[in-house]
Amino acid sequence: MARIVVVTSGKGGVGKTTTSAAFGAGLARAGHRTVVVDFDVGLRNLDLIMGCERRVVYDFVNVIHGEANLNQALIRDKRVDNLAILPASQTRDKDALTQEGVEKVLEGLAEEFDYIVCDSPAGIERGAHLAMYYADDALVVTNPEVSSVRDSDRVLGLLSSKTRRAERGEDPVKEHLIVTRYSPSRVGKGEMLSVEDVCEILSINLLGVIPESTAVLNASNAGMPVILDEKSDAGQAYDDTVARFLGEKRDHRFLTDKKGLFSKLFGG
Amino acid sequence: MGFLDYFRSERRASASVAKERLQVIVARERSGRGGPDYLPALQNEILEVIQRYTSVDDDAVKIQVERDGDCEVLEVNVTLPADH
Ligand SMILES: Nc1ncnc2c1ncn2[C@@H]1O[C@H](COP(=O)(O)OP(=O)(O)OP(=O)(O)O)[C@@H](O)[C@H]1O
Ligand SMILES: [Mg+2]
Repeated sequence: MARIVVVTSGKGGVGKTTTSAAFGAGLARAGHRTVVVDFDVGLRNLDLIMGCERRVVYDFVNVIHGEANLNQALIRDKRVDNLAILPASQTRDKDALTQEGVEKVLEGLAEEFDYIVCDSPAGIERGAHLAMYYADDALVVTNPEVSSVRDSDRVLGLLSSKTRRAERGEDPVKEHLIVTRYSPSRVGKGEMLSVEDVCEILSINLLGVIPESTAVLNASNAGMPVILDEKSDAGQAYDDTVARFLGEKRDHRFLTDKKGLFSKLFGG
Repeated sequence: MGFLDYFRSERRASASVAKERLQVIVARERSGRGGPDYLPALQNEILEVIQRYTSVDDDAVKIQVERDGDCEVLEVNVTLPADH
């Protein structure tokens, strides 16, 4: 059975697409057949982050409309085996995704893949709802900042009421917290909510903490999921996150300031 | 408390203020969840009516729908100030 994993947040710009690309690449690298699906209709970006924007011919909506089959629309990653992406449509028609259409496409993908990672658009409107509706797992991406945490809590409310699992009274969607853009030095100075604070407020299981990192921008410039930058802090943090998701026990890293005593004393 | 700590604790306040505010708003939003969509408006109007007669805090009215067997029970709690 394929598992459907939605990457969601409510608030925009917190790192959903970065996380979808890294997480999908990590699952594929661990040997699981994985597809990352871009649900951000009108604002296609996953293709750029994963470096395959020039190979997009058909998209999600073309498949729903029967203008292309899944095989024509899927783009197979050239660096990582077992990894594919299904690009979003650039149409401005916000209703281009239909519930039946999404279900049909997901069923088709489930025949070929072990994991279907759904990169949700921001907000709590139709697109975000469709991205989470069929999910088995949810990665709730949160920045340590008031509006992001509040929006994540709203999303948790939707996951427990507006998903197929909730409507059918099945086991609930499994929720995992991913705190991104974490800056231990600012937490140390009391300027930023700590991971503990965020966990306490949201009370869900913490899957990973991704530090604020220049490697993320570099990776997106190059069109490479940051997890493939194995030397980088963010890449390693995503690698830990995937391993934990797959059941491995790993300690959280990058939670403390790497700066020395000197800069601590003098507020560097 | 040393000179440096003084500035530290001032700064520390910002994240802890954020945490406290979040705990309050998240608790409030959770309590309204799952109920009918009109609950927040109803809550506000009840508050306005009460404030017409006496002065209470803006968070004095708590409202929620509970399921009791086949019935839904609308529970309204109003906290009056201590000096009443
Ligand atoms: N750990 C990180 N360190 C530094 N920058 C980051 C990190 N994670 C994400 N970013 C940056 O934040 C910005 C938004 O990231 P991303 O596009 O992944 O967010 P999103 O949630 O998908 O946004 P949208 O809601 O618009 O779809 C990008 O510029 C990205 O490079
Ligand atoms: Mg995005």
